[in-house]
Amino acid sequence: MKDSIIRVIKFIGLGFLEPLIRLINKEEPKKNIKEVFRKIVAPIASVFIFVGLWQLGSTALYNIEADYKIEATLKSQGEAEAQKVKECMESGDPSCQPNTLPSPAQVYASYLTLLKDHKTIAADKKAFKEKTFELNKKRVKQGKSIITYTGRPSFVDQIKTSLKTVFAGFLLALFIAVPIGIVIGLSSTLRGSINWVIQILKPVSPVVWLLLVFMIVKTLTKNSEGDSAFIISFISVGLCSMWATLVNTAMGVASVNTDYINVAKILRLRPMQKIFKVILPASLPLIFTGLRITLSVAWMVLIAIELLAQSPGLGSFVWEEFQNGAMDSNSKIIVAMFIIGMIGFALDRIMLFIQNLISFEKETI
Amino acid sequence: MTLITNNPKIERFPSNEVMLDLIDLKKVYPTPKGDYVVLENLNLQIKKEEFITIIGHSGCGKTTMLSMMAGLNEISGGKISVLGTSIKGPGPDRGVIFQAPSLMPWLTTMENVMLGVKKVYPHASKKQKEDICKYYLHKVGMESSFHKRASDISQGEQQRVGIARAFAIKPKVLLLDEPFGMLDSLTRGQLQDVLIDVWNKEKITAVMITHDVDEAIFLADRVVMMTSGPRAKIGDVLPIEFERPRTRKAILEHDDYYKYRKHLIDFLEH
Repeated sequence: MKDSIIRVIKFIGLGFLEPLIRLINKEEPKKNIKEVFRKIVAPIASVFIFVGLWQLGSTALYNIEADYKIEATLKSQGEAEAQKVKECMESGDPSCQPNTLPSPAQVYASYLTLLKDHKTIAADKKAFKEKTFELNKKRVKQGKSIITYTGRPSFVDQIKTSLKTVFAGFLLALFIAVPIGIVIGLSSTLRGSINWVIQILKPVSPVVWLLLVFMIVKTLTKNSEGDSAFIISFISVGLCSMWATLVNTAMGVASVNTDYINVAKILRLRPMQKIFKVILPASLPLIFTGLRITLSVAWMVLIAIELLAQSPGLGSFVWEEFQNGAMDSNSKIIVAMFIIGMIGFALDRIMLFIQNLISFEKETI
Repeated sequence: MTLITNNPKIERFPSNEVMLDLIDLKKVYPTPKGDYVVLENLNLQIKKEEFITIIGHSGCGKTTMLSMMAGLNEISGGKISVLGTSIKGPGPDRGVIFQAPSLMPWLTTMENVMLGVKKVYPHASKKQKEDICKYYLHKVGMESSFHKRASDISQGEQQRVGIARAFAIKPKVLLLDEPFGMLDSLTRGQLQDVLIDVWNKEKITAVMITHDVDEAIFLADRVVMMTSGPRAKIGDVLPIEFERPRTRKAILEHDDYYKYRKHLIDFLEH
């Protein structure tokens, strides 16, 4: 029972809970208390220290900004106005708070606002769907296009859009980089001859990729209706992020243990058999390392690309909030930052999970 | 009984008895400082169903010679022929057991053996192929782990599977490159028994490199001694005339055993 629980939590990446479970089972209490401290208490403490430092920092910045604001009012409008501003600030009225790094509490409040906002919009959407359901049925019968919800997307919708884009981009990278990687890994002539392309294109910034894709897609989609912003952003994400997979695949394929190759030679396996039975499985760990890097790069550049391409998603959410300049914009941006970070972390864990599932080498980094 | 054949190059056998024939074999590796000649004027005939062990100092070219026989290494001069036809590249008529077990770690023991069996018996039914795999895995004592991944078994067990894989493709010649070099002496003894047991039944020609003088004597019909490189060649050949099947105990108690041993050690130390 206990051992199977431990196996399961280790498998899903929650291995740090192991000493706690062992402790509950009264197993080696001395050692496990130490382990619990090392693996659970210490990390939690570090979270508190982080939040504390953040609180201190934001208070300090708040004070600088507040002092400056009062000083400025004093100079331009006199003492009475300055006193008013000061009182207004102290009363906590959001309309006269200085605009700076938000405190943890403000960020948490914004998080709740965003959730509430999402619930309202979701309810709105549902109501709209029910209302137009009958009408849409009729319109379909008449051959007209259906009426869709065109209201503002909620924060959660933005996350979904971003995930969709990054997934499409990742798949694109996978389908381009892995086959090419295998081919150039197999042939040293090919590797030598197109190495320059890879070396030159690899360091190109996401912004430039976006512009390049924009040039091409804009022309290609001239005559067709469709979501060209989505197409542009996912293709750019794919092109930016595929290099890690390409290079890793090529390296993995080129560096397969010579013993395995010799076995394949002695058995006179046909080229296809050799690739699928020997070379690919042997290079799978490196290919997966590449794919993990690709996914994290894809997620990282996605935000920048959405921001520039004006395609919906977390990136445009951040940008709009920044442009918006409302009272809680800054804290919403920080909320987005944490969400982006956590999703990135989760994506990496998922990749690691899949890798452990299908690969013969176990990796736990 | 003559222990020493004075000039091994002269010893020729009738051609219908010869399985492997190495004629004036030469191997040259080009280096920045000029060509490095590893082997030169190497002549050796290996009879059908014979078990040959090769000993010599490290770096003398034993492994080079073996991989040339396997077709994995190019021949710079001379030729190697199997049953009178010179070899061109590797093939399933010459099975190889490497020093590292070199099983595919992502496959099960069964699938590892199957990889070769599929190639050699393309028309057999799935059941027949599985039976062949099982037969050989059974022979090497791996009957309880057909479906274990190769990465999950010990190195000794992996080498057992390596032996099964090599025999299962029914090679004419089995080439072994220090197959037990990485194993502890207890496992090594067990695997020598497994190897000789399967070899006795299959009656194929075997050529094995070893560093271990006792192993060389215990397994071989003839022990081939190579001179130190560069330009290594066959230095001496020692026929081992113990009856088969042999047991380790009987051989250790045999009077000739120490003569053989002394002969080999004298060669290696001079």
